[in-house]
Amino acid sequence: MARRRDQRLMIIGVAGAVLVLAATLTFAGLRDSVVYFVAPSDLAQKAQDGQRIRVGGLVVEGTVRHETDGVVLFNITDGATEVQIRYVGLLPDLFREGQGVVAEGRWTPGQAFEAERVLAKHDETYMPREVAEALKERGEWKGGETP
Amino acid sequence: MIAEIGAFAMALALAISLAQGVLGVVASRRDSRADATAAAAQAVAVLCALAFTCLMIAFVRSDFSVAAVAANSHIDKPLIYKIAGTWGNHEGSMLLWCLVSAVFGGVLATWRGKQSAGLWSRSVGVQGFVTAGALIYTLFLSNPFARLDPAPMQGSGLNPLLQDPALAVHPPLLYLGYVGLSVPFSLAIAALLEGKADQAWARSLRPWTLIAWTCLTLGIALGSYWAYYELGWGGWWFWDPVENASFMPWLIACALVHSAIVTERRGSLASWTILLAIMGFGLALLGTFLVRSGVLTSVHAFAVDPQRGIAVLVLLGIALGVGFTLYALRAPKLAQASGFAAVSRESMLVWNNFGLAVAAGVVLIGTLYPLLVEAVGGGLISVGPPFFNMTVAPLLAALFLLLPLGPIMTWRVGDMRSALTKLAPAAALALLTLIIALVMTSWRAVPAIGLAVGVWLIAGGLVYLWSRIGRGEGRAMAKLALLPLAVWSMSLAHIGAGVLTIGAVAETGFRVEQSVALTPGEGVAFAGRRITLLEVGEREGPNFSATRANFRIDSANGARTIGAERRFYPTSPMPTTEVGILSGLDGDIYVALGEAVRGNEGAWSVRLYYNPLVHLIFLGAAMMALGGALSMVSLARRRRAQP
Repeated sequence: MARRRDQRLMIIGVAGAVLVLAATLTFAGLRDSVVYFVAPSDLAQKAQDGQRIRVGGLVVEGTVRHETDGVVLFNITDGATEVQIRYVGLLPDLFREGQGVVAEGRWTPGQAFEAERVLAKHDETYMPREVAEALKERGEWKGGETP
Repeated sequence: MIAEIGAFAMALALAISLAQGVLGVVASRRDSRADATAAAAQAVAVLCALAFTCLMIAFVRSDFSVAAVAANSHIDKPLIYKIAGTWGNHEGSMLLWCLVSAVFGGVLATWRGKQSAGLWSRSVGVQGFVTAGALIYTLFLSNPFARLDPAPMQGSGLNPLLQDPALAVHPPLLYLGYVGLSVPFSLAIAALLEGKADQAWARSLRPWTLIAWTCLTLGIALGSYWAYYELGWGGWWFWDPVENASFMPWLIACALVHSAIVTERRGSLASWTILLAIMGFGLALLGTFLVRSGVLTSVHAFAVDPQRGIAVLVLLGIALGVGFTLYALRAPKLAQASGFAAVSRESMLVWNNFGLAVAAGVVLIGTLYPLLVEAVGGGLISVGPPFFNMTVAPLLAALFLLLPLGPIMTWRVGDMRSALTKLAPAAALALLTLIIALVMTSWRAVPAIGLAVGVWLIAGGLVYLWSRIGRGEGRAMAKLALLPLAVWSMSLAHIGAGVLTIGAVAETGFRVEQSVALTPGEGVAFAGRRITLLEVGEREGPNFSATRANFRIDSANGARTIGAERRFYPTSPMPTTEVGILSGLDGDIYVALGEAVRGNEGAWSVRLYYNPLVHLIFLGAAMMALGGALSMVSLARRRRAQP
């Protein structure tokens, strides 16, 4: 049954090659497309130029400005530091002043954070977990348990 | 009173389902115990149906003394959403979980088929334990019949985003799919207990895998369609943890549908089929855990509760622990039937299973990686769509390249050369698509390859149908009508996968989006059309007020008017978006209305999307689901034909 064994070896070989390829792709992908969450206070320290990150905090009351061409500007805070977010597009339905949001995009020192995506939750009582953690770290957390 | 009847029915169902579990698993060859098991399974199904009906009555009557009703319903809500509200919340949806599991257990007990007595009663028994687990969780951690005292005069209303026909049926379909995977799990555990997984066993497995897969397909497609037109983000799939939670069981269910065919027809791959059945249910439970525990930040929100999450994790641990332990002990003893060559229909189905399982594994890693990194103190991270596009897309593309070969091959020993010769026209068509797409997109390789793969699937499916007609005498049309239903269902599902691929690739690769600020009367050129804001006004709906904007879209085919809204529900502080969609043959023009622009009197921010061929995504998914449904009909017919 040499032929049978050869065939089996071939199948195992191809399957192994595909697995190795998939694993390589997976780990390369995880290295390149992971997005770190950074609190506004840590931006200067942790954010590298042009790296894609998430920043989260509470939207500061009275800072939301809609400009022409769909540009929206607003500030978010973690209680210690405010950072301005610039976003082109429609904000999610649940975006409100005083609520927690997460913005995903890029940051360059001295400029507004360029958001490509703004996340707010469907549920009005919800606070994004990253925001809650960041606020807790600063001692700004007033709510109950972390959702 | 109604609520107490419901709670009592649930408690009784729990007790009887435990009896069903114990009796069924120990019954083996004693007929009296097997009869008792069947009777218990049927009683549990009836009791769960009674409990569910009680909850529905409480919702329809707006009985706000029931906490779940007060938190999720409202007197002014239209009747259909009061009914849908029964399962539109956590507690009610868990009761639905119990109901589906119990009804499946009852059906399993009633339609015994040709299974051996031991396998049959043990599978009913394991299903009893599954139902009992769901009932324990529901009764003690999310009781839908908990009372409020004093009862409020008014409920706080269903989340307005969820007041939508697609979302009224989306959760029940997903649950049919998730819980549908519990039956293959029960059958797999029973097979391990009996130490026997033969062709008759696989025959009884097939309809359940098909039900689970078809319902998951429909449920996911409806959810995606809802996200597309309701959320106003222009997209249909976001690789969000909650979406992945349903996609992983779908991939495994898809593999299971195919491996069960091999086990039924050829008797081989039995232990792999058992492993898939265990993993499928495990992933369904994991999905429930991810959605309910809120451990991962999702763009879709649900009421989350860490305690409930841990309880689901415990149930998951028990199911997988029992499953894998039994598998390790018993699977090596399962008899292996006939072998097959490296090139054969079996081997093609092995590759299918391999590809789908690896894809599920990759999605699992991407979904759980943030938890892992956080656990080892690596900070808070998220894994975004680029990761999944980069890993899952090439895997599925490779799988799709092999797919048309499968049906063409014969069982046991296939002939690669003759299969490739038959498929030559399909390959030529795919190659032509590739070249045209490359030239027209000025050498954008990824979408071009994607489109070619889609064409290859469709053409390959048609070639297979053609090869089936080619045999024998008679007119082609007459023979087309005489083809077995199984051939039609498979071809429909495979061609549907091709249609979906083309839609997904076109939408992802060639979508156009633009944000503009418009004052009434002002227009903008967009995707070969001119879009003009006509007027913005206020309007009152049954339980909301809305800001409505009308747009005129001028294209080569004439002018059309569509409206987009922002709705404000008094029960919710959040406005919702109702997008305007103009569907054409080439795709959708999609308009979402934003807010009034501050500092620019009368101007509104508007987001425009052109989503080419997006309807093919939903058409393809519908074809796949229809293929699954037809396959079930064909199995039922065959069962009647062989008494």
